Amino acid sequence: MTGSENNNTPDRAQGSIGSAIGKVNDQIRQPLWLLAELTYSCPLQCPYCSNPMDFAKIKSELSTEEWIDVFKQARAMGATQLGFSGGEPLMRTDLVELIRAARDLGFYTNVITSGVGMTAKKVAEFKEAGLDHIQVSFQASSEDLNNLIAGTDAFKHKIEMAKAVKANDYPMVLCFVTHRQNIDQVDEILDLCIELEADYVELATTQYYGWAMHNRDQLMPMKDQLVRAEATAHRYQEEQKGKMKIYYVVPDYYEDRPKACMNGWGNIFLTITPNGVALPCHAARELPGMTLPNVKDMSVDEIWNGSSDFNKFRGFDWMTEPCRSCDEKEKDFGGCRCQAFMLTGNAANTDPVCSKSPHHHLVEEAIAAGKAEADKPIVDQKPLVFRNPRNSRKIVGF
Amino acid sequence: MSERMFNDETVLQLAQGYRFQWEPAQNCNVLLYPEGMVKLNGGAGEIVKLISEKKQTVAELVADLKAAFDGVDLTDDVYQFLDEAYNNDWLRK
Repeated sequence: MTGSENNNTPDRAQGSIGSAIGKVNDQIRQPLWLLAELTYSCPLQCPYCSNPMDFAKIKSELSTEEWIDVFKQARAMGATQLGFSGGEPLMRTDLVELIRAARDLGFYTNVITSGVGMTAKKVAEFKEAGLDHIQVSFQASSEDLNNLIAGTDAFKHKIEMAKAVKANDYPMVLCFVTHRQNIDQVDEILDLCIELEADYVELATTQYYGWAMHNRDQLMPMKDQLVRAEATAHRYQEEQKGKMKIYYVVPDYYEDRPKACMNGWGNIFLTITPNGVALPCHAARELPGMTLPNVKDMSVDEIWNGSSDFNKFRGFDWMTEPCRSCDEKEKDFGGCRCQAFMLTGNAANTDPVCSKSPHHHLVEEAIAAGKAEADKPIVDQKPLVFRNPRNSRKIVGF
Repeated sequence: MSERMFNDETVLQLAQGYRFQWEPAQNCNVLLYPEGMVKLNGGAGEIVKLISEKKQTVAELVADLKAAFDGVDLTDDVYQFLDEAYNNDWLRK
């Protein structure tokens, strides 16, 4: 998947799966949602990608047979949703085969793609293999957007692809990841969606993991931008009622309660990375003390039920104050463990997005740092660091 | 409750992208849709199963269910569920 979907998948899932799926399963803990990050290869270099900074270090990928074996195991444990992501899942030449195998096992199959490399022929092949759903995430830097709006070849390709998606009876589901440098173009983004006859549009603000965290100062939107963007989104929501559904996700740095990340640690989500590491969420690899169990070494059941990684933050006993005695802990599970670690240095702390957190000032300071960066003359501003193997090697140092 | 969007002659079908299936791990019928799942109880499962298998009017659906449930008139219950399902965008015309 492109970084953009990587960035919004957990949030989207909280909204839709979290409420619909979580509710029906409060007694049994099952990996209902399997996210298969098939590859770290990607033709794009989005600076807001949530892939780990050292992705270029990881060269091996599970084979077709190994992936299908993971699908079988997870399905037997109750998994119903399977997301193919990455990197860009279209880079896997066996994607059609994997879709077919997953669909035959009874999965509801979702491909999360940038659309780069997608052709009418491929969409038809996916349909024939039984694919249920395609989500197209557009790279939306202002330059890309301008190209699209100006009607370039890239725009023609998007139109063609959108037509192919619709011709195969899929709803057109578009996702745009917004940040300081494109959020003022929400109206242009939505006009583009109307032109593409989108059925669903998700406007998701960048979340700061992986590459996005590295670029946080350059991506952080300003309060006044958010107010304008939200007003624009609401205006289009009204205008498009019954035609196009628009989801606008408020960035958590501007909230005073944290997101119910992953609907609880090790509760319904299971991510498998390209080389077979099982994670409770796609950013969890960065946390200290993780043993990073691999599906090549043990069964999915052993990992899900028995591994220290998946049990680390289950339940409420691991919590520190103010979460431990908070009456909202069952609602948000203390927020995001990765965010707590990245900002406070302790993954068991309250997500500092929460205004009750003694570390909440760190979030306010991050917003202020973004504003300070934005206020600099353009020539003095830090350039965005793009997600590519060269930068990965340079920054991580290997 | 908002005004009913369909009547006896309407042919309802699953909304685009929705799939009905039996889930052994949940021991119930479910509706699957992009990134989500609805668990259906016994009666709701029967109704959605019929809708997913056969293109027919609401009146025919009610008659089929009546036959399946030994002549018990379930019209009100069926309509109540269909209203809910339609308003949740699980079904379309």
